[in-house]
Amino acid sequence: MAETSFDLIVIGGGPGGYVTAIRAAQLGGQVALIEREHLGGICLNWGCIPTKALLRTSEIYHYLTHAGDYGLSVKEPGFDLEKVVKRSRKVAGRLNGGVKHLLKKNKVTVFDGHARLDGTRGAARKVHVAKDGKAVADLTAANVILATGARARELPGLEADGTLVWTYKEAMVPKAMPKSLLVIGSGAIGIEFASFYRTLGAEVTVVEVLPRVLPVEDEEISAFAHKAFEAQGMTLLTGATVKALKKDKDSVTATIEKDGKTSALTVERVISAVGIVGNVEELGLEGTGVEVEKTHVVTDLWMATGEPNVYAIGDLTGPPWLAHKASHEGVICVEKLAGLNSVHPLDVRRIPGCTYCHPQVASIGLTEAKAREGGRKVKVGRFPFAGNGKAIALGDDQGLVKTIFDEKTGELLGAHMVGAEVTELIQGYAVAMQLETTETDLMHTVFPHPTLSEMMHESVLDAYGRVIHF
Amino acid sequence: MTVNILMPALSPTMTEGKLAKWHVKEGEAVASGDVLAEIETDKATMEVEAVDEGTLGKILIAEGTDNVAVNTPIAVLLEEGEDAAAISAAPAAPPPAAPAPATAPAAAATPAPTKGNGAAPAPAAAPAAPMAAPAGGNRGDGGRIFASPLARRMAKQAGLELAALTGSGPHGRIVKSDIEAALASGAPVRAAPTPSAAAPAPAALQVPAGPGAKDMADMLGMAYTQEPLSKMRQTIARRLTEAKQTVPHFYLTIDCRIDELLRVRKELNGRFEPLKISVNDFVIRASALALKQVPAANASWDESGILLYEHADVSVAVATPAGLITPVIRAAETKGLAAISGEMKDLATRAREGKLKPEEYQGGSFSVSNLGMYGIADFAAIVNPPQGCILAVGAGEQRPVIEKGAVAVATVMSCTLSVDHRVVDGAVGAEFLAAFKKLIEYPAAMLL
Repeated sequence: MAETSFDLIVIGGGPGGYVTAIRAAQLGGQVALIEREHLGGICLNWGCIPTKALLRTSEIYHYLTHAGDYGLSVKEPGFDLEKVVKRSRKVAGRLNGGVKHLLKKNKVTVFDGHARLDGTRGAARKVHVAKDGKAVADLTAANVILATGARARELPGLEADGTLVWTYKEAMVPKAMPKSLLVIGSGAIGIEFASFYRTLGAEVTVVEVLPRVLPVEDEEISAFAHKAFEAQGMTLLTGATVKALKKDKDSVTATIEKDGKTSALTVERVISAVGIVGNVEELGLEGTGVEVEKTHVVTDLWMATGEPNVYAIGDLTGPPWLAHKASHEGVICVEKLAGLNSVHPLDVRRIPGCTYCHPQVASIGLTEAKAREGGRKVKVGRFPFAGNGKAIALGDDQGLVKTIFDEKTGELLGAHMVGAEVTELIQGYAVAMQLETTETDLMHTVFPHPTLSEMMHESVLDAYGRVIHF
Repeated sequence: MTVNILMPALSPTMTEGKLAKWHVKEGEAVASGDVLAEIETDKATMEVEAVDEGTLGKILIAEGTDNVAVNTPIAVLLEEGEDAAAISAAPAAPPPAAPAPATAPAAAATPAPTKGNGAAPAPAAAPAAPMAAPAGGNRGDGGRIFASPLARRMAKQAGLELAALTGSGPHGRIVKSDIEAALASGAPVRAAPTPSAAAPAPAALQVPAGPGAKDMADMLGMAYTQEPLSKMRQTIARRLTEAKQTVPHFYLTIDCRIDELLRVRKELNGRFEPLKISVNDFVIRASALALKQVPAANASWDESGILLYEHADVSVAVATPAGLITPVIRAAETKGLAAISGEMKDLATRAREGKLKPEEYQGGSFSVSNLGMYGIADFAAIVNPPQGCILAVGAGEQRPVIEKGAVAVATVMSCTLSVDHRVVDGAVGAEFLAAFKKLIEYPAAMLL
């Protein structure tokens, strides 16, 4: 059994952990990374990436079924679900191998096993690694970063069983296309699956407990998406709850309560997407100063926990629960540990969020309602896809770009988009926010024609009454 | 082997300098000890001597080049039997990790008038940050101030001067949080903030609060010639701006009758030719002795505690064609008038030629500035940081004085002490001036 000492031990090999380990190695540290399942974590293996592969399939399928709009003729578009899933798994597999290579290239020592923090405090922190109950290694390091991520939340009575009631994991590898589907929760995960299955032909019902779908998004964007989903034939029940699930042989009957009235809905499959819980168990946190609140580890601005030399990043900590937030937190954490002076705490208002449903949704910063809180005066700009040449040429002329500025300073407070390819556009506003541009700089920026990005420009112009193309 | 000639550090704190002049051409033979080039630092021009002999193969840094970092190769020396072809193989690139800029950014940003002093009077809020640009790099010298557009607008709306702020963003960039921090800490605000940023004024009217002289002159069509800023001029501008902005000054004026001093001086100079003791030499000695009597005035402010100097190292302001410089009479309290006089003449002569060594103008503990020879009756000088006091000496002139109830005529010299109130209080300053006055008025006391 090996005992080895490192400068840093990272527990968890997801997008938070592996990026952290590589950055720490770049800074000259001897780094160990412990992963119990698969490098790349949920994101790469069971989350962001494989779902994007699936959604690409449904997107192309959508175009095939609308080929006539483009002057094309396609005879009876169809799909082979097994091949669709296989492609998605292949994409994940390829990236998983890529992460392994990157860690090796950066001389990060990877341990395969489950990590447990040793509670003893001293000059160095100890971490025990075990695989299948057998000890693999005892490691020591000056600092430990917890990056164990999160898993799907289970609501009592609505627990997933893997066959009739799915979590994201089963939803990603369907053996057959369900004729009807109930999705519980309309956050990014729920809506993406709803969109995928609906596009491929399933009857989809989405139940959301809050008054609107995509509840973290700007209200106007939620409303726009709501209409678009309904136009695709989705049933959206907002302000509704699933009270019970009654399982039959190959179907589930859900009791749904909305506006005080109860109704029953029978579907073939159910996807539960009601949020996540942090993976805080069996990490050896009990008895340490690490504080856990509602399954998530409490950290300060620099990701320090209440326990000396133990840090936590990503989904294990507070929201937003996004891969790029985890990676960035890890980088900030190790750069701070390395004493770099250029490091700043993460500003959560500058973290963009993307949902890859059809139409896509992307946003950064404050919603209009949040921006107006406390009586702040704002300027709001809007530009519809219908006014953009490229969008019309693409055949995707439904969408909206909304921008919110502080009236006094011209600070870009938020940007919200719905429509084709907006997930690829949002970074422009992220850069603008990071560089602290005002509306003036955005107005002076030359956006190429013809692109969808011109709408980002026009939305800014609109906020100041200067819109050209609408 | 070819030998790289590196930019020398002419003082412990030097990080860069101007390669003012080459004395040797490419292809010329060089013997050990030959003057190769002249380097201009912020205060002086120094000669670089050859250490090895050989032929100057290639000049890498042309004369007139500014801001050459210490340890940058400036030329390649060929040893006997080598020809210029060897140069291409020579490692002419800068050596890895030039030590000075990398390890001492704080020293670079802080004017260093004294050797090894810890009393840098820079604002306490500016810690040494390896990644941050040196403060001198983009402010005060007319260069660009890096600030985000949002920070610029917020500063303008609040009437804040960007140049007075320290940026916490990448490479010292001023960002929104720096403005918020400055506003929270009650940073000075200009009198007339721009009323509205939402309606920007036409460009021609957008003159910043402190319009650049050049912008203004150009705008108004004023005729002028422009001289480049010498290192010395830049240093004077930076250090005195800093002193006036960061040192809380107060001023004490005292009149000294110097009839007796003039009589003693005449007698001494007459009897001991070619001795030529000046009034200023008396002032230097009197200052030094007074500092020994009131040691609290021979002091510097430092965040870590007040420095009380053992010796009265008196910096004496000397006007030179290039600008003001302050050579130091070290331990002046231990030196007689003749020694001070001789030393002062030598230092002043070499100061005017720009040939002072850094150690000759750095590290004073107290300053004297005398404009009496121009007929100035009285003036107040700016404290020379990190020193605590500077004495401004006016002309000795005949003035009516009241003596025993009657008007009489006496030769009177007004002296004004400018004081850093952080380190020297009013009473201490007054005590010093009283001791000084006694010595000046009864010069025989200088024998004690």
